[in-house]
Amino acid sequence: MTKHDNSLTVSRDDQLDVILKLAVMAVGGQGGGVLTTWIETLARTQGFTCQATSVAGVAQRTGATIYYIEMAPSTVTAPVFSLAPAPGDVDIVVAAEMMEAGRAIMRGFVTPDRTTLIASTHRALAVSEKSVPGDGVAASQEVRAAAEIAAQRLVMFDLEQIAVAQGSVISASLFGALAASGCLPFDRDAFEAAIRAGGKAVDASLRAFAAAYAVASGTAEDAVTPTEKGAAPDVTGPGGLMKQWQALQDRVAAFPGEVQEMASAGLRKTVDFQNVDYGIIYLDRIDGVLAKDSAKQRYLLTREAAKHIANAMAYDDIIKVAELKTREARFSRVNREMGLTGGQRIKLTEYFHPRASEIAGLMPARLGAWLEASSSRMARLDRWFGKGRHLRSDRVTGFMMLYLLGGRQSWRLKTLRHAHEVAHLEAWLSQSLRHVDKDYHLAVELLRCRRLIKGYSDTHARGLTKFDRVCGAASLLAGRKDAADWIQRLREAALKDEAGEALDGALKTVRSFT
Amino acid sequence: MAERSFKAEVEHLRLGAGETFTGEGILAITKALLENGVGYVGGYQGAPISHLMDVLADAQDLLGELGVRYEANASEAGAAAMLAASVHYPIRGAVTFKGPVGVNVASDALANLASSGVTGGALIVLGEDYGEGSSIMQERSHAFAMKSQFWLLDPRPNLPSITRAVGQGFELSEASNTPVMLMVRIRSCHVTGSFETRDNVPPPLNVRDALANPRRDFSRVVLPPMSYAHEQDKVKNRWPAAQKFITENGLNEVFGPQKAPVGIVLQGGMYNGVIRALQRLGMADVSGKTDVPLYVLNVTYPLVRDEFLAFCAGKDALLVVEEGQPEFIEQDLSTMLYRAQSSVRLSGKDVFPQAGEYTGQVMLDGVTAFLRRHAPDLLPGQVRAPNAEGHAIPDLSKTVPIRPPSFCTGCPERPIFAAMKLVEQKLGKHQIAADIGCHLFAALPPFEIGGATMGYGLGPASNAAFDGGGEKRAISIIGDGGFWHNGLSTSIGNMVFNRSDSVAIIVDNFYSAATGGQDIMSSRAQNPSKSTNNPIAKALKGIGIEWVRQIDHTYDVTAMRDVLEEALTCDYDGPKVIIAASECMLNKQRREKPKRNEAIKAGRRIGVPRFGVDADICTGDHACIRLSGCPSLSLKHLDDPLRDDPVAHIDQTCVGCGNCGEVADAAILCPSFYRAEVVHNPGALERWWVGRRGRLINWLQSRRARTRLNFEAADL
Repeated sequence: MTKHDNSLTVSRDDQLDVILKLAVMAVGGQGGGVLTTWIETLARTQGFTCQATSVAGVAQRTGATIYYIEMAPSTVTAPVFSLAPAPGDVDIVVAAEMMEAGRAIMRGFVTPDRTTLIASTHRALAVSEKSVPGDGVAASQEVRAAAEIAAQRLVMFDLEQIAVAQGSVISASLFGALAASGCLPFDRDAFEAAIRAGGKAVDASLRAFAAAYAVASGTAEDAVTPTEKGAAPDVTGPGGLMKQWQALQDRVAAFPGEVQEMASAGLRKTVDFQNVDYGIIYLDRIDGVLAKDSAKQRYLLTREAAKHIANAMAYDDIIKVAELKTREARFSRVNREMGLTGGQRIKLTEYFHPRASEIAGLMPARLGAWLEASSSRMARLDRWFGKGRHLRSDRVTGFMMLYLLGGRQSWRLKTLRHAHEVAHLEAWLSQSLRHVDKDYHLAVELLRCRRLIKGYSDTHARGLTKFDRVCGAASLLAGRKDAADWIQRLREAALKDEAGEALDGALKTVRSFT
Repeated sequence: MAERSFKAEVEHLRLGAGETFTGEGILAITKALLENGVGYVGGYQGAPISHLMDVLADAQDLLGELGVRYEANASEAGAAAMLAASVHYPIRGAVTFKGPVGVNVASDALANLASSGVTGGALIVLGEDYGEGSSIMQERSHAFAMKSQFWLLDPRPNLPSITRAVGQGFELSEASNTPVMLMVRIRSCHVTGSFETRDNVPPPLNVRDALANPRRDFSRVVLPPMSYAHEQDKVKNRWPAAQKFITENGLNEVFGPQKAPVGIVLQGGMYNGVIRALQRLGMADVSGKTDVPLYVLNVTYPLVRDEFLAFCAGKDALLVVEEGQPEFIEQDLSTMLYRAQSSVRLSGKDVFPQAGEYTGQVMLDGVTAFLRRHAPDLLPGQVRAPNAEGHAIPDLSKTVPIRPPSFCTGCPERPIFAAMKLVEQKLGKHQIAADIGCHLFAALPPFEIGGATMGYGLGPASNAAFDGGGEKRAISIIGDGGFWHNGLSTSIGNMVFNRSDSVAIIVDNFYSAATGGQDIMSSRAQNPSKSTNNPIAKALKGIGIEWVRQIDHTYDVTAMRDVLEEALTCDYDGPKVIIAASECMLNKQRREKPKRNEAIKAGRRIGVPRFGVDADICTGDHACIRLSGCPSLSLKHLDDPLRDDPVAHIDQTCVGCGNCGEVADAAILCPSFYRAEVVHNPGALERWWVGRRGRLINWLQSRRARTRLNFEAADL
């Protein structure tokens, strides 16, 4: 065996602080490897000994991954570096996404005694967050709150946005924030030289680097300015209509303050969906609810009714879809999102797959009902119309098809679909409001169940079934003190998974005690 | 071509004496092979040693100059079998693959090789895929060395040590006529650092010359009675020779003071972790000077008794730092101490966890526990009586979602599984067997298809019990990589011979994609040194599959769904094979993106597609996501008080693969998706025509807007 007689004779004063430990927490594909290479290049050109490790391969494809770097000044002879970060032993954590920052905190890499956390606040949603039918998005504010406690220093803003705005990727803006944080004992020039040495997409990277540097060092504002909430959008139109619109606005203004925001949004939605007369029907319906409501309850019932009646009235039919798809504002939004510049042109393809029920729904109520009554007639409809269509809405023929369909608004009120929707709405409203006197909150929760109805075709049908099952439980629960709580719980269970397994379980529980 | 080009790294392989190599561990090993006169190299890709294969593939010119033969073997078994060249010829050979799965596959050849023994140094560079970031079952390759009696090196994880081990490995192999396995863990493979290079050395005898002067030796063949002689030779000659070489050449190392009450015996690969733990305890300095003596086993098999007992002398207790289980080394050392009637107390798995990686915290806890028990006086006061730690950091374990690996943006495999999910909705659940490769991600949400994987190329074979058919047919999935690895015979051949009434789907993405995009036989690329473009369909026909359907555009979810349905419901009761072929998007983008940018710059007309969602049409039910899981298809919250749930949103990373639109169509989801193709540098005629069209559309739009109330859209 080879003997190295190197017992520790030097004093034990904490020499270890000379080692700088840096962990990069990223999602596979974010360019964590590029960032790591820059940091290594930087350290080595500045006379540091540096070691980086990573886990490449299939394990990192779009999954959470860690790159780990240690460095020490070259005055230290043959430093022994660790190959992986250890809890409580990391100086700098660079997190390329908000939940990855959370993961770093969770794993103990961010500690108040030493760690600077540089994190991007943007979200790349995990599959588990985005696949639930409801809102499964993890709470960023919880991670931020934890970060404020866990980190010694915190540099946190939307670094993704900054990079994208500069036509670059997040590795460059993270590198800029790292430079500005002053955690590494190197000049800005040295950082930029490392980017240049990489030789790929140098200009865009330097721009994103500089933008992030400016924000992190406090010389520029965070690119994301909070959007103004509640500012009512402008309305334009011919004089006569504007007058009628003003009259409707006045009616909304007469509502209790708690109801106004929702009623105003609902009114816009219903008028936009159909016309001013439809808006009047909407407001009449709200009046009907308001009559049963009271200031004592701060008009919660009316507020919820204003929200869900609007959604129910502006149902998703082919006419609505066609009309929205052909608007000028939509065309310019698409152009903006695609970053279209003057010299470029755009081709737009829409994906439609009408089904027999939607075609029958477009028919006058009696004809539609006659069609719907027979499975063979419906099958024929499906044969004629029920196939996937890719429509080019930037071409005249494709556009005209949608344009003409979208112009059938006056027809809409005669259709079978409309009859169905009205019937469903009336039934839902009356069944919900039946409980107002005895159990106000049960009525509120039943109104809120309208949230379960969304989507098109099968998804829509599944939503309806879930809606029926949750609302059906009201008859079991009515009279109990916790009826409203249970309806809320059932609704949340229904939003957890597509097949409704969580709802099955919750309903079983309900049946066990009723 | 691999997903990363190593042309730049190849230049590092040309460095000469006295120069410094700076880079990744696995590339340093490659350089060390050339410095040690290797005559032939090969292997089978897989994390973490893919880069070794990739850099060799890119280094054909240099290898040619040196007279080194490079072979991209068909499997690990093929790679290990190639080492047969070192049995009779004094040529150094090296192959690489991952462990333990690669060793599993190679074990037949390795056992024969170890029995025959070698003349030229035979080195297996093994990337041990264990611990965090691993994608395989958690086992140790160590057992293979023990059962076949070849030697196992586990050098300290820094570039000088790892590269030194390459030379020592060859010498040890030659000195003991035994193949040697050089084990490097995941992080050691990808660790970066520097070492001083030497000149490359052409092999004294190259394989071409050997071919001109063939040798054979009956006594090397594994047949009775020679096989009995081989076993005796192993224990009587090769083993002692190896131990002698290890001792005389100082392969294992001792650090720290001569005299101390305790010591640590560790695998070389654990060295940095142990030093870090001691550093944190204040018992080692930044350069690794230590208060506690360390016996570093750069050779973990065989162990050298005399060396070990010498290290034990004067000590009361020893700690064995051995990652994984079973703890073979600890057991072996215990036996040695017992037979030597030693009073030294041996600690190991009593203070360390039996299973799992020795991470920083585990190492610190284990070493601390050992010292507290056996040498508390050595510990600094702070550790002996720690102050209560004060910071209560909120628990985020319920907040932070898990993020397992999954299909990349635009992956052509996604629509295959979307189609399978649609078929499942219609025909009910089926028995599904999966294979190794990217397609195994389908077992995770949102697809949740496939419940088992038995090994590479074994997807259809692992459905063999169901070959007889029944009310429903079994489905198996296999990748193109697995197909050529051994699936053609083991899986497909098995189906043919047993008249399997089941369905196999071959996912043909033109590469060995999961391991980094290496070319394989059916790759569509033109490869200067390998034969590509051998169609899978032809192989299937050749082996006797009559029912073959090929989908050349997997993104056509409707076609994909229909062909699956056909396979599951048709009358034909023999084996049915569907080839689902579309290029790996990661590799496609890597190739196409620079070309596209160049074209845009040069002013050539080119269309760049991307998908979008009309937020006011999306109802926020997320059905599309449950059939996709694409990273670029995500959600956003709208600033609209009427909406509770976030709506679908496609970000700028979308590559326009088409899956969203096709799924929306096939599953009849919703009309909110649109495809926008931005045409760069349109021609004059196109600009004129599109302009006229646009004006007409615009006129129609404003005509309608004049008759109604228009709400300035909230920012969607």
